[in-house]
Amino acid sequence: MNYADYIAWIPLLPLAGFVLLGLFGKRFFKQYSGIIGVFILLVSAALAFYTAYIYFFINGYEDGVYQKLIPIKYVWLQFYSGTSIDMGILLDPISVMMMVIVTFVSLMVHIFSLGYMKGEERFSTYYAFLSLFTFSMLGLVVASNIFQIYFFWELVGISSYLLIGFYYDRPSAVSAAKKAFIVTRFADLGFLIGIIILAFEGGTLDFNTLIHRLTDLQSPEYIAITTASFLGISVMTWALTLVFMGGAGKSAMFPLHIWLPDAMEGPTPVSALIHAATMVVAGVFLVARLFPVFSINGASLLIVTWVGSVSALFAAIIACTQTDIKRVLAYSTVSQIGYMIFALGVARYGGEAGAGYTASMFHLFTHAFFKSLLFLGAGAVIHIVHSNEMKDMGGLRKLIPVTHITFLIACLAIAGVPPFAGFFSKEEVLLAAYNSNKAVYGIALFTSGLTAFYMFRLYFSIFWRKEQEHETHGHKLSLSMKLPLIILAAGTLLVGFIPFGKFVSSDGRTLESPFHFEFSIAPVLFALAGISLATWIYKKESGRSQKLAAALGGFYRAAYKKFYMDEVYMFVTKKIIFNLVGKPAAWIDKYIVDGTMNGIAFSTAKVSGWIKGIQSGKVQNYALYFFVGIIVLSIVILYLWK
Amino acid sequence: MWSDYLHLMKMEMTLIVILFILLFLKLGKKEWDAGKLLHFINILLVINLIFGFFYNTEGSLFGNMFRTNHLLALEKNILNLGTLIVSLQSFHWLKDHKHIPEFYMLLLSTLLGMFFMISSNNLLMFYLGLELSTIPLAALANFDLEKKISSEAAMKFILSSAFSSGLLLFGISMIYGTTGTLNYHELSQQLTGSPLQILSFVMFAAGFGFKFSAIPFHLWTADVYEGSPVAVASYLSVISKGAILFVFVSVLYQVFENMTTVWYNLLFLLSVFTMTIGNLFALRQQNMKRFLAFSSIAQVGFILIGITGQSSEGSAAVIYFILIYVFSNLGAFGVVSLVSAATGRETVNDYKGFYKNNKTLTWVLAISLFSLAGIPPTAGFFGKFFLLLAGAGTTHTTGGHANYILITIAVLNLIISLYYYLRIIRAMFMDNNNNPIEKVKATLSPNISFVICIVGIIVTGFASGAYDFIYSLVK
Repeated sequence: MNYADYIAWIPLLPLAGFVLLGLFGKRFFKQYSGIIGVFILLVSAALAFYTAYIYFFINGYEDGVYQKLIPIKYVWLQFYSGTSIDMGILLDPISVMMMVIVTFVSLMVHIFSLGYMKGEERFSTYYAFLSLFTFSMLGLVVASNIFQIYFFWELVGISSYLLIGFYYDRPSAVSAAKKAFIVTRFADLGFLIGIIILAFEGGTLDFNTLIHRLTDLQSPEYIAITTASFLGISVMTWALTLVFMGGAGKSAMFPLHIWLPDAMEGPTPVSALIHAATMVVAGVFLVARLFPVFSINGASLLIVTWVGSVSALFAAIIACTQTDIKRVLAYSTVSQIGYMIFALGVARYGGEAGAGYTASMFHLFTHAFFKSLLFLGAGAVIHIVHSNEMKDMGGLRKLIPVTHITFLIACLAIAGVPPFAGFFSKEEVLLAAYNSNKAVYGIALFTSGLTAFYMFRLYFSIFWRKEQEHETHGHKLSLSMKLPLIILAAGTLLVGFIPFGKFVSSDGRTLESPFHFEFSIAPVLFALAGISLATWIYKKESGRSQKLAAALGGFYRAAYKKFYMDEVYMFVTKKIIFNLVGKPAAWIDKYIVDGTMNGIAFSTAKVSGWIKGIQSGKVQNYALYFFVGIIVLSIVILYLWK
Repeated sequence: MWSDYLHLMKMEMTLIVILFILLFLKLGKKEWDAGKLLHFINILLVINLIFGFFYNTEGSLFGNMFRTNHLLALEKNILNLGTLIVSLQSFHWLKDHKHIPEFYMLLLSTLLGMFFMISSNNLLMFYLGLELSTIPLAALANFDLEKKISSEAAMKFILSSAFSSGLLLFGISMIYGTTGTLNYHELSQQLTGSPLQILSFVMFAAGFGFKFSAIPFHLWTADVYEGSPVAVASYLSVISKGAILFVFVSVLYQVFENMTTVWYNLLFLLSVFTMTIGNLFALRQQNMKRFLAFSSIAQVGFILIGITGQSSEGSAAVIYFILIYVFSNLGAFGVVSLVSAATGRETVNDYKGFYKNNKTLTWVLAISLFSLAGIPPTAGFFGKFFLLLAGAGTTHTTGGHANYILITIAVLNLIISLYYYLRIIRAMFMDNNNNPIEKVKATLSPNISFVICIVGIIVTGFASGAYDFIYSLVK
């Protein structure tokens, strides 16, 4: 079979699912919506795995390089020759990898939701939205055209908006949905401007051509975009920074991260899919997709590096103080994505210098497994306890043993304890940082200690701490909820052993990444220290955590309040923008714009009345105007305007 | 030889066959059930439409008076499609009418006239087609036989069109006087742009302007649209206008290619007037029927901008836009006529809270209005986009730069039109009404027409193939 025969079905099947469930699900087969959704995703995931097998092992690797294949391309809107908006499918190692992640995690979430969302009023709608999201995300990762990515970028934003606000009768969910939408939309403004600059300078919207032109140092496009400058910075840097701004918004990087913790208002499986494993890594994917261009522009890579590392540290500190378990996980997501971002930032194109690229993608891959596992585990806990707050939990390890074990595996993985998946990928990230930028390495190492600390704080608070008997509220975890946990836990145990450099590297060639035993000692020690500290403080009920908080004083309060980032935004928008920009604009709008418009409306009404006079209903007058019209036009054209 | 006639005039022949079938139905003794008869006629029209897509060739007949090719066949097919939609939508109104076969005989005669006009290769042939497509329309405008206002509309229409035909003929005869030929190809070589020819061209163009109601030749429109039955008004504002615009483009581009500056200037003035005044007209209409009719005047102004492009892009954009316009305007007209037939309510205020009882119809009307207003992703957006693109791209007349003045005026007018289209959408969805229009039941025929319109609006917008196909034919 050729790729073209089946590959389009991978994204199109979820779209069909969305249409089917969205239009007819509620009315005709509400109970079966979940099963239908799962089945569709199963087929889609099977096709994605098949594609990955064919691509990585049969025909993707030629002449020592993984090829970039475009099996399907449909020219959608042609502007002029060479510049068109296409809808296509681009196969290269990262898009195939993302396809596998998206369909796989989505399938797990679909299955998990069978139990989690059971009895929900809008059960079919939920599955329809999940399918819409899966379609959009798949369209995003396979995009062959930068405008196609933008198109699907907005679609995932909309699906995310719909799913965050799924419980639309809760005001907090509605405002969280709005916040997520507005913040990412604001970032996308930068993305759009970046796209327009790149397309204008590169003369194309097609990824392969664009990358080819902008990395060829002799090409006229490259010379034009690097020599032109705006405010003393080259247009190339502007464009890439603006594109990265879009990526940072979607990936919740500092300072655009404020929407992600609030987005936890959505159903927990949604958080696992969208706000942990797939959509939020879109920013990482975007930088990776344009990596050859980024890699020859040192300034923009530096921005990428520092945004990533600051986010990693900053979010980890906040995560240590939060008490809502989903918010802890949300901040840990920001922190881990920070790892992926700075790993890209420290990488260069090709060979050994590209190790950071491989490491970033590897971490993205393993993170998808253990983070969705953590979220689904948290979902199972919330399902039992009916609360998100740590204080309502504790001693759950006997009540839900499967969740307990799988959650522990995921915690060990994210903390970077061998031999779990997170250990290997974090190892490569740290190694890449060590070889390139020692300061970033220091931050990353410290952050990995913090990661271990806050994850085990979470783990002990949920499953140990007190020996309190919980009522199960008559809920038991069904098989549909346990199965994804077990599968993902197995994945978390195994995927770390994949020799990732063999498949994914910055230039498509095989990258050998030998395991450095001596190098891994420091990170593991940091992780173990974090775990021990957490054990000492949180395993049993004791006053230690309060004492620690009191000792840290103001710093703790600041971290607990998320370093007042929300307040800063509020100050900037409400006090500065509304007063300094909004009020004058309102004044202009009211008196000048409205005044003009009222004037126009007044004169329009006058003219209309005058025209009404012409429209007298008398045919002889019509003939007269007709004739006068001819004479006037003839005079104008013959004498006045030749 | 005979097969030649049958083959090249296939589309006209089909219509004539249908006309004869209708004639025999009328002459026969049997009393037909109105509903069945209408379904039968609609099936004939569907066959006519489908048949229109096959066996099209190129060639000419009658000593080069008549010609046909794939592009002209496509234009005729668009008109066939529009006629079918109008016919489906007039089901409710015609069901209680005593003279169904006559209605269709008159309607199809005008369509036949349009076909001859489109296929004309000689001014005489063009004139014959024009008259054949005009005179039966006057009878159609009078088809609400018991209403006085309908007779008034017919009377005004026939008098005005007689007047405009007179001036048109005057123009044609002066063209003949200065060149000595009526054949398009010979004319294009003989015309030099002398003052007399310019004068005759203005008269000639005014005759066209009368038909597609360019301002200041539009005055008949208001009375005729108001007085005639909704089906006829929609036919006049969509099919009849579409046909004459097809001819206008090909005549301008082929015959008057030596006088481009003259007709560019003329079209510039006409389109500015037509857009602006048409919009001002539409702005204050409270009656939905009149509102749609007047907004269609403004739409013609945009089409004229596309024509000023003087390029195959311009020609393709015009045909593409008319195709979309058929779907959008007929979709809107269909809903309005259905509601007006069922409840007799047709002002904008009546449509407040329309969504409450008529969800599907509201969406049909809303999508059609979105398309007319040119809001993406409906087809209307792409249609207007290509028109403006074609209009902006005139480099050889404006001396190397795009025509920003015309485009700016067009965009300002687009904004005004947005206001009045959205006003209706707001009324339907958001405004409260204590006495909203009750549930209107649509039968099969109008429903089919709505499906065609909505699918058309969405598909022609998303499938870039439609425009590319037209463009390939124009080239």
